[in-house]
Amino acid sequence: MATSERPADVAVHGPAAAGAVPGPVAPALEPHEPTVRRVRFEFLYFALRNWKFVLGASVVLSCLALALVGPLLTDHTPLEFTGPTDARPSSEYWFGTTSFGQDVSAQFVYGLRSAFLVGALGGGIAWVLGAAIGFTAGYRGGWVDDVLNMLTNVVLVIPTLAILIIVAAYLEVQSYATEAVIIGLTSWPWAARAVRSQTFSLKTREFVEVARLSGRSTRQIIATELAPNMSSYLLMMFILLFGGAILIGASLDFLGLGPSESISLGLMMNNAFLASALLLGSWWWFLPPGLGIVAIVGGLYVMNVGLDEVFNPKLREL
Amino acid sequence: MLRYLSRKIVVYLLTFWVAVTVDWAIPRFMPGDPIEGLLSRMQAQPAAEKALSGYYSQAFGFDVPLWKQYLNFWVALFHGDLGRSITNFPTSVSELIMSALPYTLALLVPAILLSFWAGNKVGALAARRKVLDNTVLPASYVFTATPHMWLGIVLAWLFASTWAIFPVSGAYGLDVQPAWSLEFVQSFLYHWILPFSALFLVGFGGWAIGMRNMIIYELESDYSNYLTALGAPTKLVRKYAYRNALLPQITGLALALGAVVAGAIVVEIVFSYPGLGTLTLSAIQNRDYFLIQGIFLFLIIGVLIANFVIDIVYVIIDPRTRVGMQGGS
Repeated sequence: MATSERPADVAVHGPAAAGAVPGPVAPALEPHEPTVRRVRFEFLYFALRNWKFVLGASVVLSCLALALVGPLLTDHTPLEFTGPTDARPSSEYWFGTTSFGQDVSAQFVYGLRSAFLVGALGGGIAWVLGAAIGFTAGYRGGWVDDVLNMLTNVVLVIPTLAILIIVAAYLEVQSYATEAVIIGLTSWPWAARAVRSQTFSLKTREFVEVARLSGRSTRQIIATELAPNMSSYLLMMFILLFGGAILIGASLDFLGLGPSESISLGLMMNNAFLASALLLGSWWWFLPPGLGIVAIVGGLYVMNVGLDEVFNPKLREL
Repeated sequence: MLRYLSRKIVVYLLTFWVAVTVDWAIPRFMPGDPIEGLLSRMQAQPAAEKALSGYYSQAFGFDVPLWKQYLNFWVALFHGDLGRSITNFPTSVSELIMSALPYTLALLVPAILLSFWAGNKVGALAARRKVLDNTVLPASYVFTATPHMWLGIVLAWLFASTWAIFPVSGAYGLDVQPAWSLEFVQSFLYHWILPFSALFLVGFGGWAIGMRNMIIYELESDYSNYLTALGAPTKLVRKYAYRNALLPQITGLALALGAVVAGAIVVEIVFSYPGLGTLTLSAIQNRDYFLIQGIFLFLIIGVLIANFVIDIVYVIIDPRTRVGMQGGS
């Protein structure tokens, strides 16, 4: 979470550069097309030459590939009691087995799947909420802003996990989708606040004024003038929310508040911990789930720094 | 300054009200009959079930109208009455929380402060210094992406299980009693190192990255260039840049509190540390709902107080908030 503050300052510079791109006002239409294409090309040019972006993205994509393909390749389902108990990694069981004789590698690849599900859905919901609330509050201003800002500050202060504990305790969480929805509904505030302050600084720009004079609706202005000028920022926000949702989901599963019928990386750690894998030294049981999370979330963060440097020339240094 | 603080206080009071209302509303408005739901999951013996059912309906106060239930909830709250724990009957929830609280604070407060201090210092050093940047930064990314409990598990496995340097669980040895004696303090510190390190390292990574990026912006800014052009020593420029970069980091500290508290909860569980985290786990496992609700309220009160302290610190270091200009959003 500590890193979540960064993009706020990143974007102070980001949109400033992007603001030079003319909005789709009638006379500007002609040069508009090639500019966009060149910006996109430029993005790819710098992105593929940025080792941080390439490294982060390849780690995350390999994890994603493993999550998608892995379950098709395993012989066992994750919860099936299949073989010897507490077996070390071998050619048959690549990651060994649990004390109950379950295949750790099967649990791992299915766990990766739920991590991506929770990250994408939870992060996605938080992203949509944060952007919607931030844009509305920042663009409308006045009492709408007062109310939304108050709401944001209230939800911001309440620790997400505390809310999740009390909700999950009463409402038996049945699936990772439910868990992701609960996470998404509680982790949007910092994003909303960041988008709001960005919108504040953008809305007084001339191209927004022109769009307003041309009689466009608020929604159109937000969608066609404000959001494209913050696209780099919105993308990085999504990446951070994605990683954050995975971490929160893992804590929740570790507490035993997630769905118990399926498997996740957090639940693997919970099972390993409760079965004293630590004292038995069954490292093959509790190391993979954590490494999986570090790989995904760390990959996302490193990719984010890379993106930061791609979008913001000032940071391309050393 | 007063306007700035009073606006913050209004938000905190509102947050507190929302938290209490959520705490009150969740068991009442969740689908289904809460008492039946609680009992069916507890799988108690029939006799116990009857007693519990009676206790629950009386404790929830379901026999009076809704608005009165709400008022009663507040009245009980101000009397410090959070109900009684089911697992440790008849100990009251507030008593249980109070006995666990010192251990959680002893972990959390040093972990937050030291990781903030060290992370910022190291992050500032790493900026624009190639060797440090290429070593500290990757390590920081790994730490900040690590789930707290997993780092705890790995530390316990390495330093307590594989090489038995530190104890694997508890907050003090079995041979001492909690007291202000030298033996107890020694034993306490010995048990404290590993869970503290887990919290410290994750926090450290985040702060180091944040400060490193922040200070690069400051070193790029006009005042830094101007100072350099005037011939000011690099050390002085970096000092000014550090002070300015620290402000957003302090705002970040307020934002990170929730995550640190969550981290402390799961780390305590790994080390069976007798704080709020371990209490939370036992409450969840035993479906001890009043205890869960009590812990929820306590966590929120704690985070609110910490936020307020950070606000005051902010006012002290950022003069702009004192004279009513912007800053400290």
